[in-house]
Amino acid sequence: MFKYFEPNKIFSITSKAPKYVLLLFIIVISIGLTEALILSPEDYKQSHSARIMYVHVPAAWICLGIFSMITFLSTIGYIFKIRNLFLISKSLAPSGFVFNIIALVTGSIWGKPTWGTWWAWDARITSMLILALFYLLYLIAWRIYDNDKAFKITSIISILGIINVPIIKYSVDWWNTLHQPASINILSKSSIHISMMYPLFIMTAAFALFSLLIFLMKYNTELIKIKNKGLDRL
Amino acid sequence: MYGSKVKLRIFFVLLILVVLSLSVFLILKSLEDNVVYFKSPTEIKTLGEIEKNKIRIGGMVKKNSIFVEEKKLKFIVTDFKNEINVTYSGVIPNLFAEGKGVVAEGYLKDRNVFLATKILAKHDENYMPPEVKAAIEEK
Repeated sequence: MFKYFEPNKIFSITSKAPKYVLLLFIIVISIGLTEALILSPEDYKQSHSARIMYVHVPAAWICLGIFSMITFLSTIGYIFKIRNLFLISKSLAPSGFVFNIIALVTGSIWGKPTWGTWWAWDARITSMLILALFYLLYLIAWRIYDNDKAFKITSIISILGIINVPIIKYSVDWWNTLHQPASINILSKSSIHISMMYPLFIMTAAFALFSLLIFLMKYNTELIKIKNKGLDRL
Repeated sequence: MYGSKVKLRIFFVLLILVVLSLSVFLILKSLEDNVVYFKSPTEIKTLGEIEKNKIRIGGMVKKNSIFVEEKKLKFIVTDFKNEINVTYSGVIPNLFAEGKGVVAEGYLKDRNVFLATKILAKHDENYMPPEVKAAIEEK
């Protein structure tokens, strides 16, 4: 059987958190956008169109990060039968999906002036599209099935989808793709100038805060649903 | 410690991951020709037969190789080992330039000549302000 937890205790904390997160998000996104759109230099070759990167790259990072978190939490939840982890995973998914779509759309907008095409069926772009489809599968599964059945089916979907994540990461190294390889490397030297790296990280922090905000709102809704069913524990 | 059911579930998840990664690996390995977006000039040279279908080739635009002749754009794509001549007429993307990456879609006339129907500029991973670029070039 699944382990029980007390939604009331958690709710007392998570119901207060959104306003602080929202405040922090507004501050960080203001700094991030100022850096990205005004203070950061234009690119030597793409000039101002390079600024799309400050939305595109953080969005892609966040959607990959959220999917990995969903898989990790669902797997632990599945193995040890912890209900709360499934609700957390469920609440994380919408913002991950939205950032996935943002990454695809901004990539397309950037691709037209840079490459000369809106869309290319190269390995990186196609694997990102597959991730979006996995997000969709995951979200739909929550709507179709309820409770214990949904827990199992959504964890299976997330485990199937996680195979795609390293493929996305290494697609640009393994195969010839139209998409360029990573500019930011942890182990070797990054090929992006430091003045363009700061706005990128600030924007990533802003998007992470936004995801946290959406997560908290969604999670609170889930907790309220449980309370409305007249249960003080799930 | 944990019950045997928990251990079984851990094993189950690990097994799914192993089976899945192996199958995906094998599928991608066998489909490698379709997964790659373009072929390099060297790959074209070592081709057994000349491909009749529409293909993509990619590499660097050789320095000083672009010229226009009878409304046709001609340039050389190189991977610094082998080269291929490309003929094209149509719209070119803004970032198409000598010494930069390019992907051309079209048909092979023979091993040395490629008739492009579409040209895409391949951007590299370098991002820097113009002043920095100028400073690097001065060195």
